[in-house]
Amino acid sequence: MKLREVQEILKADVIVGKEKLDMEVKTAFGADLMSDVLAFAKAGSLLLTGLTNTQVIRIANVLDIAAIILVRGKKPSAETIGLAKELRIPILTTKYILFETAGRLYAKGIVGCLEQVENKSVHN
Amino acid sequence: MDIETIAKKLNLKVKSASDRLKNNVTGGYTGDLLSDVMANSHEGDIWITRQVHQNIVAIATLKEHAGIILVNSCEPARDTLEKAVKENVPIMVSNLPAFELTGKIFNLLAEKK
Amino acid sequence: MVAWNKLKTKVCTTENILYKNSFDIEGGNFSNAGAVSTRIKWILKQIGLPDDVVRKSAIVCYESEINIVSYARKGKINLTVTPKTVEIEVIDEGQGIPNIELAMQQGYSTANQQIREMGFGAGMGLHNIKSYSDTFNISSEVNKGTFLKMIINSP
Repeated sequence: MKLREVQEILKADVIVGKEKLDMEVKTAFGADLMSDVLAFAKAGSLLLTGLTNTQVIRIANVLDIAAIILVRGKKPSAETIGLAKELRIPILTTKYILFETAGRLYAKGIVGCLEQVENKSVHN
Repeated sequence: MDIETIAKKLNLKVKSASDRLKNNVTGGYTGDLLSDVMANSHEGDIWITRQVHQNIVAIATLKEHAGIILVNSCEPARDTLEKAVKENVPIMVSNLPAFELTGKIFNLLAEKK
Repeated sequence: MVAWNKLKTKVCTTENILYKNSFDIEGGNFSNAGAVSTRIKWILKQIGLPDDVVRKSAIVCYESEINIVSYARKGKINLTVTPKTVEIEVIDEGQGIPNIELAMQQGYSTANQQIREMGFGAGMGLHNIKSYSDTFNISSEVNKGTFLKMIINSP
């Protein structure tokens, strides 16, 4: 689905990246621990998180994350917004908690971007 | 919906408090930052996390969560399991990532309503 | 193109080194943490390495950079790119690691509250670095510092 649809489903505000709303997204990863994102999240995925510091943007850049969805009504700092603009990473914010955000997106066809972890050293 | 139903439908491995599987789940909370879970989760929530250290048992007890599900096949630490058994807190493990597991549980609970 | 031309001044014609540079990192500087990795990723993309090699290298650099910022007084990342490899050396000055085997275990962390509140400190850093590298070497001396060397192969 397009990022625009994600915005509608989550009744989200677009903080950065209004010009990227036609971007296609299929997968999502939810986490508040950045190591997990680094270990498992795939390129082109949405990242759902409550973390608003600049490191989220750095990680999104390193991993080629499609867009960041901040949950629980979290607002990014000016520094985070500035970096997101510089690195061209969209940020949306939704009032829904991570549980509901993931639930709503999953119901509409977004899937997790990690294969089932049988062996914890597996990653793509 | 009780934990037992969720555990069966989603193939969760029950690691502790198997006699508490009739605990009613009224909502869910997905998160790994303990201060956030403390502030924002509710009684009766099923808590979905990848944190495995023993503090999760204290939080689940304090907030009266229905139980804890660890994602990405994360196993609870030994002292976590001991504490969970002592405090009678159900801990389950899923091989799914948080997004997928959350999605399934959210929709299971929504169907029930 | 201007940026690529500037980059080419770093290219060595001896051996088969496509790019070689060193990047300084300040310990404790969380607001800048990640800037070196972002830069390195851009450089590797400009060189034209395959996407997955760029990604793995960027992740290795990022985890290393965060470790330096979190635990060391200062450090540097030495990057050497050849047609077949990305070599990343990470050298820091700081507390060092008393027990490397323990530090390599997933979930083991000495992170303080500040680090945890930022979403780090899950104890996966060294494990992640190793799992994204084709070759991984680590050595450390307490109260001196830590040295890591990783090679990512570019097929």
